[in-house]
Amino acid sequence: MSDLASPLPGVAVSGIAEVRELGLRGMITIKGDLALPLVNSTATGVSGVDFPDRGQANYVGERGLCWMAPDEIMVLTPYAEAAGDTAHIAHVLRDTHSLVANVSDARCLFEVSGASAREVLSKLTPADMHPDRFRPGAFRRTRLAQVPAAVWMRDDQTIEVFAFRSAARYVSDLLANAARPGTAVGYY
Amino acid sequence: MLILHCPYCGVDADETELAPGGEAHLKRFGPGSSDAEFEAYLFQRENPKGVHFERWRHANGCGKWFHAARCTTTNEVFGTYSAQVTEPPRDIHDKITGKRPGWLSRWLS
Ligand SMILES: [Zn+2]
Repeated sequence: MSDLASPLPGVAVSGIAEVRELGLRGMITIKGDLALPLVNSTATGVSGVDFPDRGQANYVGERGLCWMAPDEIMVLTPYAEAAGDTAHIAHVLRDTHSLVANVSDARCLFEVSGASAREVLSKLTPADMHPDRFRPGAFRRTRLAQVPAAVWMRDDQTIEVFAFRSAARYVSDLLANAARPGTAVGYY
Repeated sequence: MLILHCPYCGVDADETELAPGGEAHLKRFGPGSSDAEFEAYLFQRENPKGVHFERWRHANGCGKWFHAARCTTTNEVFGTYSAQVTEPPRDIHDKITGKRPGWLSRWLS
């Protein structure tokens, strides 16, 4: 068995916010007609959460659903269970026009937390991070500087950042730089 | 800076989240068309000073293509709409007429 590792295990910096790598997480992409009862019920059944509204994510424990696009939903699972869950979903949807893929190893994951977490992200993304617009539960695909990423408002002071694993070092450096001590802007 | 509302994921997307796709509502001329039609399809584009219709893709976002109507002189955005249409929808057309009376539409008089 391979010794599985996230790209930057244990990386953490502290500044105007806390930034840390979150390790491995199971992520399963389902593309298809999200209005079909079978697609909807399969996603909610595996994750154990309600189907999220557009631009939202729901979770309970390590499982959840992230709204990615009108025809795409991402299932979050414990990393060790992603392969089995992918096979299960693919089996249930075998006669439904759809795509099911275990993308866990394509991603890296960071957490930015603290009172200035929004500010750290605002330095890097064109997405509106204002507390009135990007409330807890909101999930948005955007970019961080020059790479695609997704940001998820877990609670009012905690943001999860998803990016491609190949850009893990770049994203880590971006977040660490944006969180450097003494760089608070105080906009929010 | 151009900000377009993505009709698919519902966010106001900054220009830097978007990839431009050129002029909208082109009619494809392929096998069986005349040389002149094929040349026009490949190379001839509108380049208006004023109302223009374009394709954009929410590349750093939901990934979907959509349409936008904007003014090339002021960058005023009249609206964005579904990619699954071959001409601007009525409400977008009417909005432009309200703001640019007398503009020359290719689709409706
Ligand atoms: Zn979009």
